[in-house]
Amino acid sequence: MARKIRVLIAKPGLDGHDRGAKVIARALRDAGMEVIYTGIRQTPEQIASAAIQEGVDIVGLSSLSGAHNRLFPKVVQILRERGAADILVFGGGIIPVNDIPALKESGVREIFLPGASTEDIIQYIRDNVKES
Amino acid sequence: MSDRIREELERWEKTTLNKAVSKSPERQPSFQTTSHIALKNLSTPLDVEDADYCRDLGFPGEFPFTRGVQPTMYRGRFWTMRQYAGFATAEETNNRYKYLLNQGQTGLSVAFDLPTQIGYDSDHPLSDGEVGKVGVAIDTLQDMEILFDGIPMDKVSTSMTINSTAAILMAMYIAVAEKQGVKSDLLQGTIQNDVLKEYAARGTYIFPPHESMRIVTNIFAFCKNRVPRWNSISVSGYHMREAGCTAVQEVAFTLADGVAYLEAAIQAGLDVDTVASRITFFFCCHNNFIEEVAKFRAARRLWATIMKERFKAKKEESCMLRFHTQTAGCSLTAQQPDNNVVRVAFQAMAAVLGGTQSLHTNSRDEAYALPTEDSVRLALRTQQIIAYESGVADMVDPLGGSYVVEALTNEIEGKAIEYIKKIEAMGGAIQAIESGYIQKEIGESAYQYQKEIEAKKRIVVGINRFQMEEKPLTDILRIRPEVEEYQKEKLSRVKKERDNAKVKETLALLKKAARGTDNVVPPILDAVKAYASLGEISDALREVFGEYRQSN
Repeated sequence: MARKIRVLIAKPGLDGHDRGAKVIARALRDAGMEVIYTGIRQTPEQIASAAIQEGVDIVGLSSLSGAHNRLFPKVVQILRERGAADILVFGGGIIPVNDIPALKESGVREIFLPGASTEDIIQYIRDNVKES
Repeated sequence: MSDRIREELERWEKTTLNKAVSKSPERQPSFQTTSHIALKNLSTPLDVEDADYCRDLGFPGEFPFTRGVQPTMYRGRFWTMRQYAGFATAEETNNRYKYLLNQGQTGLSVAFDLPTQIGYDSDHPLSDGEVGKVGVAIDTLQDMEILFDGIPMDKVSTSMTINSTAAILMAMYIAVAEKQGVKSDLLQGTIQNDVLKEYAARGTYIFPPHESMRIVTNIFAFCKNRVPRWNSISVSGYHMREAGCTAVQEVAFTLADGVAYLEAAIQAGLDVDTVASRITFFFCCHNNFIEEVAKFRAARRLWATIMKERFKAKKEESCMLRFHTQTAGCSLTAQQPDNNVVRVAFQAMAAVLGGTQSLHTNSRDEAYALPTEDSVRLALRTQQIIAYESGVADMVDPLGGSYVVEALTNEIEGKAIEYIKKIEAMGGAIQAIESGYIQKEIGESAYQYQKEIEAKKRIVVGINRFQMEEKPLTDILRIRPEVEEYQKEKLSRVKKERDNAKVKETLALLKKAARGTDNVVPPILDAVKAYASLGEISDALREVFGEYRQSN
């Protein structure tokens, strides 16, 4: 039997808007993935540690507070420092399109904006995580 | 009369309607509101035949307030046009406030950044990246002095969206007013001070529920004596609705929270009528126009009944559900953002037809960032057009008496009562939140909503129909990253210049009050006046009360 894709859905920073994160966590579960949701108010450090500890394939970050430019790249950076660069990081939330190039340059692989469907996100994960 | 209508209705269904439907069926097999209330093909007097006008509707300004809380409603005075605003520094936000007041806004509404809401100074490691982002950063009394510089605090009423740190920000407001020569008994405004919904949906909690409720009731008691015209709580359904719950759930969960606050106040030895008259509410106004109008009417009648029957309120005023409304942020789309102007206008109109006391209209660009000055002005103009041009403000409860509006008002009230009974059976709102019941209900509704959109059972213009290629909006408000450094420097300057011995002393007295049973607000006021920072005051309380951790 193929190993299930493991995903960490995380809320970095102080933002409490977790509707999107919870809906996505549930949609990924319904799509057959193993999903861990961190809950709100996590530091990049806590998120990276959880990702490594749980052995996830991919991390989805959600922020609606405007702190994404600071916090998303930090998660990528800590994962790299700990030799876990193979864990992919994507994000979503209220993110101005002008911010996307810099986020991608920092190693965040994809950004989903308001209106993205859970189907798109499921497809993105399946296309980018190699199932073994 | 009813028999005749019943006969005629049956005849119409069998003949005229049947003929039409067999030729071309209705658009969908069934219709329902967002709260899953089934909608008939037609409402008639039969749907309200059990209604007793004087008992169920009555007259505006009188129990049960179904038709409105003031006898003249907007024929007397328009609702307060109050745009929620705050970003970056106190200096920049002060400019925005002056701009809004110049544009005809009639009250202020302060948005604080997340560190301020969660009790961290701008230089705290957890504030990294969040300073000045979703609201204005306030670290010490000095920031508050700048925020209200040149704004007459005896004339302008101010609403502050602040919960876990409400006592600190209210204390700062009082202290700044004193410096302006305005005594606290003249101050008018509102603090949100609704911690229960923070655990359920919004997330800016600090302390465990029990300790939070202690602070809330301390604030009630303090306001009663020192700031009698101040609304000491705004029980909020808005954020639960935004997190995904339905209109019925919004009414039920909000009023259940209201009951919990009153119970806590009574336990703290406060008089029901004194507290109740300073309680206000805050609701969302979403897309389903008629359901929303009915929701506000149902909420008013249900609260009045709860106050009279359960709490035995003596004053009629205690039974009045006064509320602020904000249009639904979650209904805004990043796609074709101009469409949001139309959504907001309809939602705002529904709030007015529902009898709101104050209103915030969202801006078109808020699926991207905080709004630009131009977008906010358009949102404010939307309210002014409803007020001055649409004519709806010239009539009191103009939709009252509509068969479908009255029937939906009854249905929403009935379904909300069922929920409230369920919550009561669990031991009340605090227990229902602690057990995760409310969060689960909200999450369930949010997921269903998303699935309906993806299955195209629910159409959102520009999202799952009528899409088009377009350039994304790039002309948006940016918060300069320098704000964080600027804020940190200001704070460290204040810390150097203030009397640090005095700060130490006031914080020690605060901790002493927190450990005992004294009201914590007066020592908070003393600490604030000594320029103790918001983070220092919050830390003093954390030391005594501990911190809440969410379980997943």
